[in-house]
Order: sequence, then structure tokens, then C-alpha cells
Amino acid sequence: MSYPSPLEELVRRVNQTREQRLKQNFPRLSAEEKQALLEQFHPDYRTDTFTTIQVGPNAGDRTPRELASLIEGESPLTNAALNLDHFDYETDVLVIGGGGAGCAAAITADDHGARVIIATKLRLGDANTMMAQGGIQAADKENDSPAIHYLDVVGGGHFTNIPELVEALVTDAPEAIQWLENLGVIFDKNPDGSMKTIHGGGTSRRRMHTCRDYTGAEIMRTLRDEVKSRPGITVLEFCPAVELLTTPEGDAAGAILLNLNLNRYLRIKAKTVVIATGGSGRLHYQGFPTSNHYGATGDGLVLAYRAGAKLAFIDTMQYHPTGVAFPQQIVGQLVTEKVRSLGAQLVNRNGNQFIFPLETRDVVASAIIRECRQDRGVRTPAGIDGVWLDTPMIEILKGPGTVKRELPAMVRQFARFGIELDKEPILVYPTLHYQNGGVAIDAMCHTSVRYLLVAGEASGGVHGRNRLMGNSLLDVIVFGRRAGNEGARLALQRNDTFTPTLEHLTRWRQLLKEKKIVPESVSPILLPDYTRKPAGMESGKAGTEV
Amino acid sequence: MNENLIDIYIMGEHHQVPDSLTILQALEYAGYRLTRGVGCRGGFCGACATVYRVNGDYHLKFALACQTKVEPNMQLAMIPFFPAHRPRYRLSELKGTAQEVLDIYPELLRCYGCNTCTKSCPQDIDVLGYVSALLRGELASAADISFDCIMCGLCVSRCPAELVKHHAALLCRRIYGSRLAPRSAHLNQRIAEIRAGKFKAELEQLKNMDRKRLQELYAAREVEPEE
Repeated sequence: MSYPSPLEELVRRVNQTREQRLKQNFPRLSAEEKQALLEQFHPDYRTDTFTTIQVGPNAGDRTPRELASLIEGESPLTNAALNLDHFDYETDVLVIGGGGAGCAAAITADDHGARVIIATKLRLGDANTMMAQGGIQAADKENDSPAIHYLDVVGGGHFTNIPELVEALVTDAPEAIQWLENLGVIFDKNPDGSMKTIHGGGTSRRRMHTCRDYTGAEIMRTLRDEVKSRPGITVLEFCPAVELLTTPEGDAAGAILLNLNLNRYLRIKAKTVVIATGGSGRLHYQGFPTSNHYGATGDGLVLAYRAGAKLAFIDTMQYHPTGVAFPQQIVGQLVTEKVRSLGAQLVNRNGNQFIFPLETRDVVASAIIRECRQDRGVRTPAGIDGVWLDTPMIEILKGPGTVKRELPAMVRQFARFGIELDKEPILVYPTLHYQNGGVAIDAMCHTSVRYLLVAGEASGGVHGRNRLMGNSLLDVIVFGRRAGNEGARLALQRNDTFTPTLEHLTRWRQLLKEKKIVPESVSPILLPDYTRKPAGMESGKAGTEV
Repeated sequence: MNENLIDIYIMGEHHQVPDSLTILQALEYAGYRLTRGVGCRGGFCGACATVYRVNGDYHLKFALACQTKVEPNMQLAMIPFFPAHRPRYRLSELKGTAQEVLDIYPELLRCYGCNTCTKSCPQDIDVLGYVSALLRGELASAADISFDCIMCGLCVSRCPAELVKHHAALLCRRIYGSRLAPRSAHLNQRIAEIRAGKFKAELEQLKNMDRKRLQELYAAREVEPEE
């Protein structure tokens, strides 16, 4: 037993009720019950941690304070003497972001013969896509259809999703799976070649396709390998974009990158720009831990907004119900929803179930927060609250050895801290997981700025106010490919006599001035800062002003 | 929380850090704001491959900095980049044989079975096992054994025969996934149906449906039972 003694006692309680819970069919909530639960406990409904945007296309909209401070931030190019008569690179399509959406866009644009540059903040493939364990949805079985998938998506999103985006998502899904397979992604299959598929929270059909519990990693490493195979794609690693370039008419025209190795700017002239920078979990809204990649700092939203693009659904974030709550070293890391798909139940301090395990993510997260606030949670020695996720249940339901076979990544992760998933339950609490909103797009990934396209988590509208498991990997492939197609098409039509400038920054500063806003930050922030500042030396760095 | 401080050495430099931290957290506690050697922080991306030993012991140990706790007297070094060879190939132009993998990575034939790769794998993968399978021409087996590889490259950094195993394994998996794995009849059929426009009218109807009716349909959904 690897739990400290106060927790050990509580583990016994979970063990004691397992047999009785095995026979229990916990009821699903009605629409009204769900709504009440969300309003009372979901973090999106708190008022004190939100603020109203004052400047730009989304003035008047509500968003978390952390995000508002960045999208109303100051550009790092304050007094930059950047000579824009010359460019370090000229290209047809500039893809900003090297994750799943960015790589899918680049490969697709390259298929059309466009010259492509991928600029990425860290290494190619360093992205949330790599971490998505659960699976990818597609309605490809006989008892399923794109229409049934559609209904699940909009129901999960509380009927707020943009219909044409959902249509694109579900219609392209089977082809996305085949595209991945043709690139060499290995899906879990039966001997006859049919897909082994499972349920996810909020699905009415078993349509989750998996690659063990490395689905995102398998997809990402394959896409990365394909990008590296193509001479037509130039990859600039450790080169995040810090500002877009626009024409005097306001069209996208390229970007300024910062080479992090050399601390030097790069000027890129591009006929079309695809923003695929992913999410913003590393902004730690409301102080939540996050399951996100180190680079998830919302850069694309900042860049697009300053260039004049409208954002959508930026008042809603997804808190994945099952982030790790113990051990402390991996707090906030994801426990894949596949664990619940396989049959693990959520259990409170008293050994009782309190929610149907496959309600949508926002509902399950709210139920866990309720249990903890009402003293039915478990407090760890580090002072973190959580509830039990009863993983040994899987072995009873699906046979001994299932946990090791279906969840190798997770077994490995917990074994490093001495916890055996197939024998002991684990402690979980919601973790900041996904940016439901982002830059508003249409079904071809266009934004309100001409020649600027957005795909993947950086966009908003596909998932409405809540995303279902397995629709994010699908989103990055479907809309990544669409952005690549459309980006190449537009680029090959545009002649290159346009003039990239930073004039949108002048307009932006004028707006800030008119509204008397003093920016709180320089944005995008590019990376979080987790360094410890010694007491009394909060800056801690030589040469900074005290 | 009370912090029990221990001594560690980051690239030779002495630091005191709480013993509850992972190596990655310890680096940040010591003041490193990382751009290299950090990635997903969840054990999936291989960015934080770390080599260490403990003072007094000559054995080298291997770990992912985000998944491993510090221990007293650790001597730590990160491998933020390793110049691993990756020839350019186009999967679509390959026939899909084990021989092609050996043609692209001929150095695989130099393996003399020392097993250093397996010992250096932070994922506990039987690296030598998949290299051997590949050398026997068993692509499916090589793909299966190597499946959990996160491509950190530690096995490559340690190989005395200079094999680029993780890239060769990726090629095996891509060949298996695209050429050898049995195809799904239901997937092909659904794609054909979509291209023929079979679901267009139904989706059009859903797109234009008012919220109340959608909610009713949603509530009345038939849910496929678990297996």
C-alpha cells in the first residue's frame, strides 16, 4: 500500500463498497438537474474571477481576468526598429504552431504545392495533441452516423455550438481517420480490421477510436515524421510568433517571430497565416492546476485580437473532471476519460457514488467540486482535495489484466510513485484542460481578418460551451486540414505586391489610449514562469530595475 | 507544508531543494526558467530526458525529469537536443517491407546486442527486443513492442553502435499502420456514403432546427449499451 495512513483507511472504505456498487446503476441527471449543478459549482459561473473586455472587437464580453490582461496587453515590439523592407523568409503559407492542427495544415498545404513555413515555440510536436490519451471520435460504425454524432456534439456543448462548424467536424471525421491511417497511425482494431471503439462522456454510440492510451502521441509523432519528410515545409523550432504583420488595409501579411535561442526577431512575409497555437491552460485560470502542455499560454488569441480578429466563447473553459490530486508531484496531470469509459466509478469519502461517471465533463467536474465543498471529499497530506476514481473496478468488469493492457501510459505514470492502478483507487480533482473558445472562424477556418485562418484549440465555436472527449483530436485534424487547403488556395491566388506592416499596432495603441487603459502585461507571454523567487528578491534577476 | 531540503547538483552546481519535487520542479525551484528540456510535463513528449548519477556511485541512470523525484546527492544533466540521424523518406513511396527499413537505416545491422538501449529507456521498453524483431523481418512485432516509445532519444545517445532506434521504430509503426494492419470495411463504406451525400439532408435539418426541438431529440437519444 502506497497511500499514507490517513488515506489508507479511506481506501479500505472504497474497497468495502465496491461489490455493492458493482450492481448499482447510478441514474443520469435530467437537463434541469445538470443546469442547476453547473450554475452552482462550475468555475465558469463564478463572477469574481471574470472581467469585461473594454477594447477591440469583443468589447463588452466577459472573460477570465488572466486572459483579459493578455488580450488587452502591450506588444513586445514597443520601440522596435524593425526594418520591414526586408524579410528573413517569404512564403505562401505561414503556420504558427507545430502541434496537431499546425502539422495537419502544413502537410495539406504542401499537398497543394504551396511553400510552407511552420513556426513553433518549442520543438515540432510539443503540444497538447501529444498528451491526448483518450481517443478520437468518428461516426464510422453501422449503428452510427454523422447526424447522431452531431446531436452528441451540440448536446454536450449545451446547444450553443456554431452549426456549420459541427457539421464540418462530424462530416469530415471518417475521412480524417482514414487520412491518419494512410500516414501510418496504428488504431486499436479487431482481427478483421474493424475498429475497436468505446464510449466517452456524452456519447450515444461507441465511436471513440484509440491507440492504446497514447492516441494523441501516436498521431502527433506520425504527423511530425511526415512533416520532416517533406522538403516543401520549412520548420522553425523555438521561434514563436510575437506579433502578426498586416497590410495597411488590415489583411494578414506575415508575422514577427522571436528566435528564443538567439533572442533575435525574424520577419516573415506570408500570403496567408494559419494560427494553430492551441490553448491557454498555463494561464491557470482561477488558480487551477492544468493538464496542458508547458507552451499553452494563449498566444494565438493575443496575436489575432491585436490584428483585429473577433474571438468567441472566451467566457468558458473546460475543467477536466479527473486531474491527478495525489501524489503531489503530478497534481493536475490528466487521468484520461478512458478510465471511466472502461468502467471506473467516481466515489466520495464515504465510499458512495455521486454521479453517473460518463456525464459530460463540465457536469462531472461540477459534481466533484460539490462533493469536496460539502465535506464529502478526501483531503491529501499536501492539502489538496479530491475524490476517488475506482480503477480496480475495471479489472472486475473487463477482466484481470485490462488496466495494464488498455492504460499502459497511466499504469507507468502511477507506478513511478508506487501506486498500482489495478489494485488501488486514485485521487482526482478537476484540472484546467481546454479552452472551449478562441478566435471565431467559419467552416473554412476564415476569421474576420482576411488571409488569417485559425484551426484547432485556438479557434472557438466548434464545441460550444463544453467539448466532448475525443472531439479535440478530431478538431485538430479536420480543421487543420481545412485550414491547410484554404490557406494554400488563398495564397496561390494572392499576388505578392502587398506590404506587410505593423500599422495595426498603431491603431491598437490609439484604442487603448482612448479608453484610458494602461496595459497590465506585455503579451503574448510565450512561457509560464515557475521559477522560485527568493524572499525579498521578487525580480531576482541581475540588471532589472528594483 | 514543511519542506525537507536535500542537496542536488545541476550540471555540477550545488542547490538545496525540497525532497518532494520532481527533477523538473527542482530545476525551476533552483531558478531555471526552461525553454529546452521541458515539454508536456506529463511523461508523453520526451523533451525532458535526463541523465544522472548519485555521488559515490559511478552508474549512470536515466529518467524523464517531469516524472521522477529528486534524491539526495543527485548529479543532474539534461539532454535538450541530440543530433539523431533521420534520413528523408516518403512513406507513400515505400512498398512496406522490413528490408526497406534496413535500407533506410543500414546501421541497424551493426547492433551487437549489448542491451544498453533497453537499460537506458525511461519507458521500460524492450528496445533490444524490437531491434531484434526488426532484424528478423518481423515488422508487426517491432511496431508492437516499440509502441509506447516517446522518442526521447536516450537509447540513441547511449548506443555504442550508433543506431537511431526510435526513428527506425517509428518507420516500422508507420509501415504497419498504413500497409500491414487490416483495413476497416465499415470505415471505407462510411466515407463512400458521405461522399455520395447520404447524410447531407439530415445534417441540414439538424443545423436549422430550433433549440427546443434539438433538446428533445437529444434527451430521447438511444444510448448504445456498453459491451
